Amino acid sequence: MIDRLFRSESARAVATLARIFGDLQRAEDAVQEAYIEALEAWPAHGVPRDPAAWIVRTARNRAIDALRREKTGAAKHDLLARLERVAPMEPYMDDGPHVDDRLAMLFACAHPALAPETRVALTLRYVAGLTTEEIAAAFLLPLATLAQRLVRAKKKIARAGIPFDVPSPSRMPERLPDVLAVVYLIFNEGYRATRTSGLVRPGLCADALHLARTLERLLPGEPELLGLYALMLFHDARRGTRLTDDGAAAPLEEQDRERWDAVAIAQGRAALAEATRHRRAGPYQLQAAIAQAHAIAASWDATDWPAIRAAYDALYALEPTPVIALNRAVASAFCGGYEAAMREIDVLLAGPLADYAPALVARADLLRRAGAYADARRDFERVLPAIATDAERRLIERRIAECAAGA
Amino acid sequence: MKYAILIYIDEKAPTGTPAEREAIHGEYMALSEAAGKAGILVGGEPLEDSDTATTVRVRDGKRTTTDGPFAETKEVLGGFFLLDVPSIDEALDFAAKLPAARYGSVEVRAIADM
Repeated sequence: MIDRLFRSESARAVATLARIFGDLQRAEDAVQEAYIEALEAWPAHGVPRDPAAWIVRTARNRAIDALRREKTGAAKHDLLARLERVAPMEPYMDDGPHVDDRLAMLFACAHPALAPETRVALTLRYVAGLTTEEIAAAFLLPLATLAQRLVRAKKKIARAGIPFDVPSPSRMPERLPDVLAVVYLIFNEGYRATRTSGLVRPGLCADALHLARTLERLLPGEPELLGLYALMLFHDARRGTRLTDDGAAAPLEEQDRERWDAVAIAQGRAALAEATRHRRAGPYQLQAAIAQAHAIAASWDATDWPAIRAAYDALYALEPTPVIALNRAVASAFCGGYEAAMREIDVLLAGPLADYAPALVARADLLRRAGAYADARRDFERVLPAIATDAERRLIERRIAECAAGA
Repeated sequence: MKYAILIYIDEKAPTGTPAEREAIHGEYMALSEAAGKAGILVGGEPLEDSDTATTVRVRDGKRTTTDGPFAETKEVLGGFFLLDVPSIDEALDFAAKLPAARYGSVEVRAIADM
């Protein structure tokens, strides 16, 4: 009982103390000492009314003891002074200071001075509350590798002075995208796994959605955050239908739309509607608009391709990358602009997307739809060795067979 | 916290016209002055070219000197600033404003607390 309660409450305590110390390891060590004390005190005197406040107070006292034992350093006196100032910890309110502490923790974990994969691991550990073992398992990494990465990251945060602070409003526009990117990376890691052979890691998708909901409580009405939340919900709604019974990737047009999660789609629509009310378009809102067009179409034939094409145009205006150009070309082809789309894809394949398998797959698929089976088959066969996942490979093999039969 | 802002440049790269060099010098002066006014500048100097460096090593009590920098790399230390700012964020902001961030690299390192 103490173990479970302590674990759920200690994340808040670590966030609060990390903000005071500017040092995650020190915060964790202090909370660990408080845990040992709780094992004795709680059974004897009962669980405190506000366990998180008790943990922070106790951990703070243990940290002061530990600091006094240490020898030198100007920083020590600095830290002691700061700890003395927080002496009378206010009891936690539901929307009290710990909310800010968790947000500060999230911005520290997603700081641009850290490597992207480190940001993801830190966020899962200290914001989502996963254990080191759970994170290592989710990313298929040896436990020692992941643990080492976290240790190094904690050292950098403390030594390099990465702040545990919610950025000022003037800095927020430059910092929020990094936080959103971490959340989306976590989601994609889980989502991609559901498409690789047999590895289903829906836990990461749920963690990412939970993080987005937490962020939404802390930064209400932020359009790109709502856009990201909607985008993840639309993807998540289709998670169960992305593979056929024999484990091949199921193309969107063959997925059973009856099995898409209607609740998630409704939530996504509400979030995106709320986001677009602010009239501050951004990449996540546009990607969500594209995902929404697919999610709400009654059938593949009923898909609103002009809306999708328009969203890709707007997205390309914000982020003129070759991959977005490719997706826009595909959308154009479905709007009746087949010839121009093929020309654009050929230009991309001859240049920036020369080794990009999805571009070749897209071209082959458009050829197949146009009835150019021999050409399509040649492209599918060419790209097959470059396909990384079993599920995708099975779909391409099926396409090759279909083209052979059609030609 | 104190930070060293270490400026790395390719000394062999074309240096531009005298007017361009003058403009870059002016940028450094303006940034340095602004940091001084903001009370965050502890120090900072440009360095002579790395081919004028002398590297000293003492091994087994014996001193050897080598003509040149300690490592032959494309980008070499060309100067530094020492700042005292609340966190790495302000140090990174300052680094990003330096002209060398556009054509070289700027490394931000916290000063160790000893």
